Amino acid sequence: MIRLRLVPRAQPSRAMLFVAPLLAIALTLLVGLLVFAWLGQNPLRAFRVFFVDPVSDMSGVSELFLKASPLCLIALGLAIGFRASIWNIGAEGQMYMGGIFATGLAIAFHDRGGAWLLPAMILAGAIGGMLWASITAALRAHFHANEILVSLMLTYVADYVVKYLVFGPWQDPQANNFPITVQFSDNALFPLLAQWGWEAFEGTRLNASVLITLAAIPLAWIFMERSFLGFQLLVSGLAPAAARYAGFAEKRMVWLALLVSGGAAGLAGVSEVAGPIGQLNDRWQPLYGFTAIIVAALGRLNAIGIALASLLMALLYLGGEAVQITLQLPKALSQVFQGLLLMFLLGCDVLVNYRIGRVPAAAL
Amino acid sequence: MLESVTPLAASAVALAMPLILAALGELVVERAGVLNLGLEGMMLLGALAAFATVAHGGGLVPAILAAAAAGILASLAFGFITLTLQANQVAAGLSLTILGAGVSAFVGRQYVGFRAPASFEDLPIPLLSKVPLLGPSLFSLNALGYATLALLAGTAWFLYRTRAGLALRSIGESPVVARSLGLHVSRVRYGAVAFGGAMAGIAGCYYAVAQFKMWQEGLTSGNGWIALALVVFATWRPLRVAFGALLFGGVSALGLYLQAIGVQVSTFALASLPYLATVAVLVAISADQQMIRRHAPASLGKPFHDDS
Repeated sequence: MIRLRLVPRAQPSRAMLFVAPLLAIALTLLVGLLVFAWLGQNPLRAFRVFFVDPVSDMSGVSELFLKASPLCLIALGLAIGFRASIWNIGAEGQMYMGGIFATGLAIAFHDRGGAWLLPAMILAGAIGGMLWASITAALRAHFHANEILVSLMLTYVADYVVKYLVFGPWQDPQANNFPITVQFSDNALFPLLAQWGWEAFEGTRLNASVLITLAAIPLAWIFMERSFLGFQLLVSGLAPAAARYAGFAEKRMVWLALLVSGGAAGLAGVSEVAGPIGQLNDRWQPLYGFTAIIVAALGRLNAIGIALASLLMALLYLGGEAVQITLQLPKALSQVFQGLLLMFLLGCDVLVNYRIGRVPAAAL
Repeated sequence: MLESVTPLAASAVALAMPLILAALGELVVERAGVLNLGLEGMMLLGALAAFATVAHGGGLVPAILAAAAAGILASLAFGFITLTLQANQVAAGLSLTILGAGVSAFVGRQYVGFRAPASFEDLPIPLLSKVPLLGPSLFSLNALGYATLALLAGTAWFLYRTRAGLALRSIGESPVVARSLGLHVSRVRYGAVAFGGAMAGIAGCYYAVAQFKMWQEGLTSGNGWIALALVVFATWRPLRVAFGALLFGGVSALGLYLQAIGVQVSTFALASLPYLATVAVLVAISADQQMIRRHAPASLGKPFHDDS
């Protein structure tokens, strides 16, 4: 029998950094085929429904961008923290807060808004996300409370804040007790790209909020790869002792990581409530905040990688919706694939630092 | 006074039991130096396995076994990628949570709204259950509740009174030293991770078949994360886990109780109480870094390669 073992590489393999995500995607697709077959579906047909049909026309492609955009934005923010080993996993809650702050403005100025309203909402949303994240930052920086647990607990609380508002003070009086706010006025909505004369997007829901993400990608890249602050974050993640020795203030890193990721999540929240949803309601739980963790990991904490990974994750969302409609399979299938993908990726990552070798016969 | 406190204490104890189960399992895992953040996912899988078993007429004991098996299976997947393949434990735990939530929602879809045809009911112990206050709370548990108390005592005994427990704790402190003493680090860690999976699975069984007795998506509602916080709160000591869990059960029960006697508080504020309490408790315990550092397993969360 041949026994295998892991042999540490002298240096991390650069090739494997690119191969591992592809391998993980391939493994996930393979399991996907098996799952479809097990469910009694023709695997190839199910595959087409899940991965190809959703993006086979322009409206599908625009839906893909519409979902990828908030995922990418949140993941860019998270990646900055993850590089410093600061694990904000409460981006979902920070996104809700962004949505809440923007909604507050949209409701307050429902009839008297002007062109200034949307920019004000964008600002308010970013502040909302930052404020919610700053609770975690303060508790971690000054009381050493674990940021993973605190940020996650606050996500549950943020969810209840949304529910309190839409079942209570912010409920639309004309909604027959449905837990929804009023539909935002035009001043409080992102304009559709089609309205700006982008004919390719005629008839689609793609709106100007994607421009925020498009601007964020190069900014994040410059911050992470070319700025001294980005370097400090990376060092405090890879070698905390070295970072302390060099005098990088740990508290500052914690604040920076959480404010940036909270702000990005808040912006994603605005792009949702002032975008495809156009209101705040209790069913808005897209789980983008959690999926963005996978996006950040799959994109190798790199801005370009994250942009690509967000497209793939958005496709998983669309595929889940498509199999629900076409094949009557539960939408949760996309969450299964997401979890599998992250798990396979983490497993495949072993190849970056180790190679597989045989146990020498003498050792057996 | 006693009449109003008694039901409060009883529901506090009932709510504490699954938290104790999950947190005890995680405590053993962390004592071996491994951080498994996937509790919530393993609990959901356990809950699903248990519910599916009773829904198909399998009975209660098979339900427990199925839940434990589901938890073990999930935990071994986590063990393989973190212990064998050296993946980051934080990320691996998160992936397990996402996967568990996805699979339980996907497979559990067919049971949504179903009532469990069999469930764990309270088994009052004769005489003892008549003791004021303690009787209705501690001596009127269901079978899983009594099992929890036994597992609590058993885990404490194992960790502090057996050779194997000592070996496990020393691996958590320093795997290098432990290996030089001839201990099998990975093997013990796999064992601990599997134990944690079994306990989380049984905790899930508690929610599905003893507490809610019907299926709903995400029925553990973050209690896996609260259990993780409990381990820190307990500074990695079993009996304190039970104390912390009772405290949490008390906070949740108090919310329900206030509502029942007609106090005007928003349902949503009450529902947030356990999560806010978790944050408060984490802050209170973590502020004293000396205390945490003295008690946390020194190798917690750090990968260890057998050949290195």
